[in-house]
Amino acid sequence: MSPENGKILPENDAADLNFEATELTLGLPGKSRVTSDGGAKLGNKRGFFETVDLNFGDKDCGQSQIDVQEAANSPVSNDEHRVQVEGWPPVRGFRKNAMTSCKYVKVAVDGAPYLRKVDLEMYDSYQQLLSSLEQMFSCFTIRNYLNEKKIIDHMNGIEYVPTYEDKDGDWMLVGDVPWQMFVESCKRLRLKKSSEAIGLAPRTPPKCASTTERSLN
Amino acid sequence: MNYFPDEVLEPVFDFITSHKDRNSVSLVCKSWFKIERYSRQRVFIGNCYSTCPERLIARFPGLKSLTLKGKPHFADFNLVPHDWGGFLYPWIEALAKSRIGLEELRLKRMVVSDESLELLSKSFVNFKSLVLVSCEGFTTDGLAAIAANCRFLRELDLQENEVDDHRGHWLSCFPESCTSLVSLNFACLKGEINLGALERLVARSPNLKSLRLNRAVPFDTLEKLLMQAPQLLDLGTGSYVPDPSSEAYNRLKSAIQRCKSIRSLSGFLEVNPRCMSAIYPICANLTFLNLSYAPGLSGNELTKLIQHCRKLQRLWILDYIGDKGLGVVASTCKELQELRVFPTDPLGAGNAAVTEEGLVLISAGCPKLNSLLYFCQQMTNAALITVAKNCPNFICFRLCILDPIKPDPVTNRPLDEGFGAIVESCEGLKRLSLSGLLSDQVFLYIGMYAKQLEMLSIAFAGDSDEGMLYVLNGCKKLRKLEIRDSPFGNAALLEDVGKYETMRSLWMSSCEVTLGGCKTLAEKMPSLSVEIINESQQMEFSLDDRTVDKMYLYRTLVGHRKDAPEFVWIL
Repeated sequence: MSPENGKILPENDAADLNFEATELTLGLPGKSRVTSDGGAKLGNKRGFFETVDLNFGDKDCGQSQIDVQEAANSPVSNDEHRVQVEGWPPVRGFRKNAMTSCKYVKVAVDGAPYLRKVDLEMYDSYQQLLSSLEQMFSCFTIRNYLNEKKIIDHMNGIEYVPTYEDKDGDWMLVGDVPWQMFVESCKRLRLKKSSEAIGLAPRTPPKCASTTERSLN
Repeated sequence: MNYFPDEVLEPVFDFITSHKDRNSVSLVCKSWFKIERYSRQRVFIGNCYSTCPERLIARFPGLKSLTLKGKPHFADFNLVPHDWGGFLYPWIEALAKSRIGLEELRLKRMVVSDESLELLSKSFVNFKSLVLVSCEGFTTDGLAAIAANCRFLRELDLQENEVDDHRGHWLSCFPESCTSLVSLNFACLKGEINLGALERLVARSPNLKSLRLNRAVPFDTLEKLLMQAPQLLDLGTGSYVPDPSSEAYNRLKSAIQRCKSIRSLSGFLEVNPRCMSAIYPICANLTFLNLSYAPGLSGNELTKLIQHCRKLQRLWILDYIGDKGLGVVASTCKELQELRVFPTDPLGAGNAAVTEEGLVLISAGCPKLNSLLYFCQQMTNAALITVAKNCPNFICFRLCILDPIKPDPVTNRPLDEGFGAIVESCEGLKRLSLSGLLSDQVFLYIGMYAKQLEMLSIAFAGDSDEGMLYVLNGCKKLRKLEIRDSPFGNAALLEDVGKYETMRSLWMSSCEVTLGGCKTLAEKMPSLSVEIINESQQMEFSLDDRTVDKMYLYRTLVGHRKDAPEFVWIL
């Protein structure tokens, strides 16, 4: 074989595979991959979906194949029709767990030219998160102002309200839902200038001298 | 040769350090066998079930350093059930009873219990070095025993182990009298550690050359440690989130300037990207940079850093560096020998940020490249052919396309020609991992050209038994073959049963070998152990034409192992 001369493979079994049909699947390779209706592939001996493990990031490989039927029925969400296959891509379990346990979200501050990133998995509570934000944007301090969490820029007296975008794309006030729920649904954070946060904050009673401890989580 | 007394040959053999050479020497004649075995200090056992502790002890009474590997490689990817085997304890138990003066133990994919660590720590007075890679089964209590009892410990190196972290004070268990540490790596631990104890330990370890911290070690401590240990060669930061306006950050900047010996850098498990510039002064001398656990850096920050690393020989990064970023690597790191690009999203659900373009750029800019691990979105035959031409020195070539049966997206052909070019051009290739759409043709090329190949990993590839046969017949030096989800069956398995005695092991899962085929093999080759791993279904002994889920076979001197769990059936 001389790879340099760019010889095209003569027609052979490989070329008979009908690449269009095989392109998007993870069935076993082999001539029988193509079904008559060109639909989803099933391997020779085992169904395609039987090799799918839907327990993402789950270390315990003793998990039984769950809900095979459900997997077979649910519509494929991403363009490539790619479904998770057990043990693929071949990344060491330790690395998989280390990487997937990161939940990095962008943090934007109204008026600041740069964004930051925080790993929500590093925190156990709203208080820790807000303290960390305080350190990151170090000119601000956080005040628990009545029932809301606000961040106040002492330099210019501007109040910031921490908000986040959830999975549905809605902008929500930080602190309403239990911490874990927040971690799971938060896509990114934004410290909005208080005046612009109208519409997100619930109605608040008029300002008074005392602050109220809000129980977290 | 017969005329030299033993005392003359012994010092000569001392110069022979490679395991392969030592093994060859021992086969020359009885007298050389005897001299070699008494003078052997380092033994490597690639499959712990190929022999047993008693035989090891009997043959090498002078043993000082032992390397053991347990589970098959695919265990790394969750394909081997948790309690399959690879237990350390019996080895320690037997060694402890003997008169072996063990000083060094290196383990990979073994199950290491706290009891075995404790026994180890108490049984060998001169124990110096413990290296655990991808192991499991122990907690920080076991580490506490090592710290407390190994008075002359030089090296404790934990790489990517699953450790049950009891957040105890294992670091505090190093006695005040322990000043011998040269290497301490606990980056894989998840829990808190006693920071004061760590600082004191580093302060009293003047020989410390390698220090890799875990995420729980904050920036402030890192700064203090660097002040104490300017002699470090290898640094792994834990958390690197300084407050840029703080005194600690300023102190770190000057501490780093004093660390003129650092050649290897890793960590940044948590990072403030604005503060990476403090690291630039040591970049010029770096030969190894591992940022594969640093998702907090952006592609830009990554390339900015790499531009300072002109002497880099080994680089491990995440794929969000992108093809352009790899271009920067290619134009900066002319000494590069090893590159590993890991997926930022290891579940593979997203898209990898690198393609064949990045690899081509690297191959053009880094002609010394000899080792590659590359997770990518796609690959083309043309790219692989170019890479083969640019880099004929590959010893290890592992390509992983996230969609494992993706063809060349430009031509829609299999990647046979591309991989064929690699094996033809790289005559020294020892390790190869394939992916993408592949037919039997690629195996024809491998059998034809990959004459030095020792390890081959195959997934979702090939059309028929012919594929596997090309490999078994052509690759004379093959030692490890692992195959998953490929249509190879009994005909390929049984054609040349003697071949497996020349190999360490063969793994086949989700292929087409049947129980009957495996039984036949086991009957014909009593020197092999043929294991069937069958966790999900009931073992139906009568159905010989049933395909097996997972088969793992290996040559062994000691017959069937006695510690196999229920779901493992040894034929």
